[in-house]
Amino acid sequence: MAAINRDDVAHLARLAHIEMSAEELDRMAGELAVIVDAVKSVSEAAGDDVPATSHPIPLSNVFREDVVGHVFTAEQALSGAPDSDSDRFKVPAILDEA
Amino acid sequence: MSTDATLSFEEAMEKYDPVLGFEVHVELNTKTKMFSSAPNVFGDQPNTNVNEVDLGMPGVLPVLNKTAVESSIKIGLALNCKIAEACRFARKNYFYPDTPKNFQTSQYDEPIAYDGYLDIELSDGTVFRVEIERAHMEEDAGKLTHLGGSAGRIQGADYSLVDYNRAGVPLVEIVTKPIEGAGSRAPELAKAYVAAVREIVKNLGVSDAKMERGNVRCDANVSLRPHGRERFGIRSETKNVNSLRAVEHAVRYEIQRHAAVLDSGEPVIQETRHWHEDTRTTTSGRAKSDADDYRYFPEPDLVPVVASRAWVEELRATLPEPPAARRKRLQSDWGYSDLEFRDVVNAGVMDEIEETIAAGATASVARKWWMGEIVGRAKNADVDPGQLGVEPATIVELNKMVEAGKINNKMASEVLDGVLAGEGTPAEIVEKRGLAVVSDDGPLLEAIDAALAAQPDVADKIRGGKVQAIGAIVGGVMKATRGQADAGRVRELILEKLGVNA
Repeated sequence: MAAINRDDVAHLARLAHIEMSAEELDRMAGELAVIVDAVKSVSEAAGDDVPATSHPIPLSNVFREDVVGHVFTAEQALSGAPDSDSDRFKVPAILDEA
Repeated sequence: MSTDATLSFEEAMEKYDPVLGFEVHVELNTKTKMFSSAPNVFGDQPNTNVNEVDLGMPGVLPVLNKTAVESSIKIGLALNCKIAEACRFARKNYFYPDTPKNFQTSQYDEPIAYDGYLDIELSDGTVFRVEIERAHMEEDAGKLTHLGGSAGRIQGADYSLVDYNRAGVPLVEIVTKPIEGAGSRAPELAKAYVAAVREIVKNLGVSDAKMERGNVRCDANVSLRPHGRERFGIRSETKNVNSLRAVEHAVRYEIQRHAAVLDSGEPVIQETRHWHEDTRTTTSGRAKSDADDYRYFPEPDLVPVVASRAWVEELRATLPEPPAARRKRLQSDWGYSDLEFRDVVNAGVMDEIEETIAAGATASVARKWWMGEIVGRAKNADVDPGQLGVEPATIVELNKMVEAGKINNKMASEVLDGVLAGEGTPAEIVEKRGLAVVSDDGPLLEAIDAALAAQPDVADKIRGGKVQAIGAIVGGVMKATRGQADAGRVRELILEKLGVNA
């Protein structure tokens, strides 16, 4: 059974603010279903004796001391921005969220 | 903007039982950000406290700030929480320009601290226990300024400008369990709870705790249910409630609004509400919808935090005196009565009085100024007393001038107004306004003669032993000297003149 259907893709596209045509939704639903099924095979390999993990390397407490390091200038920070104004990133107004 | 119907608070309370919940975000005052070594500084030029990690550039890796973790554990301990043996971070995915990564690094199923409580003392001394669900670590978002259209409001804005200096600033989010049983004291409890959290983090030294700067921010959840019903009503979540007074007002307003909705037979809509300080009302933000599907998953770029019991105990040993104990100590140090001290706490000027005493004032002088002069002015200006901008040194200077007999209390109050209006230091204002106590007895005696002549019946009364009638004569003299006389000296001279021993 495919874990991803067309409605799921439409939902995710809406969350990600990506406009998708009906055709694209159909195609993506099929492709994602195959990908998810492929990843699922991992869970078949892991038995009940394998605990869930969020990280492949058994490390903990990797910390940084609270010491100030490097920063960008505003010019550097904005160098890759499509648009800027008054040293700030300029973005389209998003009306339905706050 | 349409205005929502409300019931009076009293009627709302007769019909319904409020349930509260709070999410308080505390910005930590670490030198650097949660996951990057960029400085954590307020008020700098836009986008100058950022590096590649804060801007979410491809291929960068976050590294956790150890001091931020320690501060978080301290907050957990001060809130009587359990500290997780091990916990991890999670990605909260959403698309909005305040985070350039398209996710906020937060904690989801494994908060660093959980299952705590805080005992909150209300204004009459009643203690109310608020249960803490969790306190988790996360990062702050960038700051958006909406421009064009109706200025400052997101509705109708043409575009937004983003400053990422705040992006990545360490936050601890403290979440309460549902708070039941507060009844009509719900608004007061709301204010007292946020004040207590602010006091704790300030006392721990882990946050600057300035609400006006957004160091402590509160989202207030309110729902109502008919008395006697166990199931909770539908809640609203009011955001942007960023002063103690606003927390109290917002909870009161939402109770009144919910009550009107329920009375009309409509269901309350589960939604975000925005608080507006100017009108003291809330307006609808957005309804909870599938946009709240944050698709949390464990953060693969960070490894778990393991808090060994030895580490936790080491941090516990560094905790300062808890605020409740501190209050007891200060009251005894200052020699205030229970009532005097409670008034000071309720007026929110305990810290200010402590600072004023540290600056050189006596406990009674500090109380006289804060309670007698400043609290009233703050109320008129509709701000918290601490936000009025009165420096402890100003009070010490004013008091010195009064004690030296250079100015009287009335003039000192006038000078304080001048200081608050930005006219300069107390000494400069005294000079500029030509304020000085008339200490030469000559003009005083003339004014006294005139006042006695104007009110011969009063003069007779005083001669006859009714010394308390002297106020009318003193008043006349003060009026004639335009308040520049030393009232104590005037009194002495009048008694001398009339040959009365008092």
